[in-house]
Amino acid sequence: MRGVSFQAIYVLWLRELKTFIRARSRIVGNIVQPFFFLAILGVGFKSSMKFTAAGMQGLDYLQFLVPGLVGMSLLFSSMFAGLSILWDRQFGFLREIMVAPVSRLSLVLGRVAGGMTTTVLQAFSILLIAHLFGFRLKGALDLLLSAGFMLLIGTGFVGMGVAFASKMEDMHGFQIVMNFIIMPIFFLSGALFPLEGLPSWLSFLIYMDPLTYGVDALRAVMLGISHFPLIMDFAILTFFCTVMLMVGALFFSQCEV
Amino acid sequence: MQAIKVSNLVKEFDGLRAIDNISFAVEEGEIFGMLGPNGAGKTTTIRILSTTLKATSGEARVWGYDVAKKPDEVRRSIGIVFQDQALDDRLTGMENLDFHARLYGMKKDLRKERIKEVMDLVELWERRNTLVKYYSGGMCRRLEIARGLMHYPRVLFLDEPTLGLDAQTRHTIWEHIKLLNKREGIAILLTTHYMDEADALCDRIGIIDRGKILIIDEPDNLKNMMGKDLISMKISSPEKMIKLLSNFEWIKSKRIYDGLLHLEVNKGEERIPFLINLAQKNALNVELVSLRRPTLEDAFLHFTGRTIREEEGSSRERISARIRSRRRR
Repeated sequence: MRGVSFQAIYVLWLRELKTFIRARSRIVGNIVQPFFFLAILGVGFKSSMKFTAAGMQGLDYLQFLVPGLVGMSLLFSSMFAGLSILWDRQFGFLREIMVAPVSRLSLVLGRVAGGMTTTVLQAFSILLIAHLFGFRLKGALDLLLSAGFMLLIGTGFVGMGVAFASKMEDMHGFQIVMNFIIMPIFFLSGALFPLEGLPSWLSFLIYMDPLTYGVDALRAVMLGISHFPLIMDFAILTFFCTVMLMVGALFFSQCEV
Repeated sequence: MQAIKVSNLVKEFDGLRAIDNISFAVEEGEIFGMLGPNGAGKTTTIRILSTTLKATSGEARVWGYDVAKKPDEVRRSIGIVFQDQALDDRLTGMENLDFHARLYGMKKDLRKERIKEVMDLVELWERRNTLVKYYSGGMCRRLEIARGLMHYPRVLFLDEPTLGLDAQTRHTIWEHIKLLNKREGIAILLTTHYMDEADALCDRIGIIDRGKILIIDEPDNLKNMMGKDLISMKISSPEKMIKLLSNFEWIKSKRIYDGLLHLEVNKGEERIPFLINLAQKNALNVELVSLRRPTLEDAFLHFTGRTIREEEGSSRERISARIRSRRRR
C-alpha cells in the first residue's frame, strides 16, 4: 500500500484523458462558454469600461478579461475533475479503484495528473478563441510562464475538488459546492473587474480568495499588469497548491466506499 | 491450504450486529455459497474479506493472509464482482480490462494475452471495442466477471452475480461461472438469495440469516436432511400394490390418498424402476409416477423458520438494509 505506483498514476491519467476527449458535449460547452463571455461581456463592456488606475490607462476591457476567463476555466474544470470522484462513487467505479493493491496517494496523484492535463488543455482553448478576438501573447516565454501558472492553479483546485468529494456522500453535495464555493471564488477573484478602489470589506474577501492570485499572475504574464508582485502571487499559489494536495490526499485516504 | 478462513467474525454498525460471530472456511478450488436474504450480512462479509471494511472483532484470512494485517497481499489474491455494477461505461470493454490490468501492475505482453483469454472465456472478445454503455446487463456482468479474473486471483468473490438479470441470462452466467471455476481452478465465494442459483453452482452452502451462519453443508445433504423423497403412483390397484410392498424396509410409509399410492423412501430416483418392474410382473398397470424431492427452499425454511420471501419486508432487515446503503455511499 505504501509508495507510489507510476503505472497506476498513468492509467488514471489515461482514463481521464480518454473520457475527456469522448465527452464531446463537454468540450463544446467549454469552448462556447468563454466565446459568449468574450463576444457579449467583453464586447459589451468594452466601450464604457475605462481603466483609471496607474499603468492600466488605455487598456481594452476585452484584453483585461482574457486572463480572467482563463482563470475561470481553470477553476471550473479543475474543481469538476476533482469532484468527478462523486460520479465514480455514484456509478460504483470508485470501488473497483479502491480494492486495487495501489496506495491511496497514487490514486489521488493519478486523478490530479488527469484533471490538471484536461484543465490546461481547456485553458489553452480559451487562448485560441481569444486569438479570434485579437488577443495576442507577446512571445513564447509568456506562453510558457502562463502554462506554468495554469498548472499551479489547476492542480490546487483539483486537490480542493478531491477534498470536497471525499467528504461528500452523494451527488447532492455537488450543487452546494457549485453555489457556495465555486461561484464565490470566481466572482471574488477579480476575473471580471480590477481590484483598485474597492471598499475594504470586498477587498478583504478578495484577498482571501486563492484564485485572485492566480488571475493576477496570469494578467502579469499575459498583459504585464498586476496588483501584487508576481513573486508574491507565485509564493501564495505554491502554498495553496501544496496545502490542497495534502488535504485532498488526506481526506481521500480516509474516505469509505 | 484453505482459500478463505473466517473465525468468530463480528461486525457492528452503530451497535447493530450485521455479522454475529461467524466462522467458515472455503477450500481451494471450491465454490462456496452464502445463501440468505437481503441484509443477512453477506455483502458485509465480502467487504471485510476484500479489505474495504474493518471487522469489529474476529479473524479473517484470505489465501493465508490476515485481511487486517496484510491488506495489500489480500488485494492481490482476490478478484471481486460487486453487487452493483462497477464499470466505466465511457470506456470500451477492453479498456475497462486494460485499466484494471495496469492498476494491478501487469506487464504489457501478459496484459494483452490475458485480456484475450478472459474475454474469450465470457464470450465478449467480439465486442471488445464497443463502449460499455452499449452493453446489455448480462454483458456487463460477464465483463465484470472477466475483469475479476484478469490478475490471476486465487479467490473470486461474486456478490449476487445474477441479481436483476433475466432467466436466460442467469443461466448463461452460471455456465460461465462453472467453466471458469473448472478452467482456472479458482476458489469462489458467492453470495445469493436465489435458491436455484445456490443449488446449481455451489459445492457447499452456508445458510446465513441475521448475521449468523446456521448450517454449512453440500446442497444434496441439506436437502436429504429434510427427509425422504415422496413417490406418487397412479396404478390400477393401489391396494394390491401395498400388499406386494409389505416386506420392503426401505419404504418408510405407504398410504393411499386421492386415488394415488404415496410412498416415502430414500433415494427415490433409484427405486422407481424397481417399483414399475414389480407392478408389471404382477399385471398391474402403472399410469403415472412422480417423484418429489425436498428442495433447498425446504432446507432454508427449516433452518431459518421462514422463507426468503417473507423475509424481504420485515422491519429489522429494512434497518440493516438502510445502514448498508448509507455505508455504501
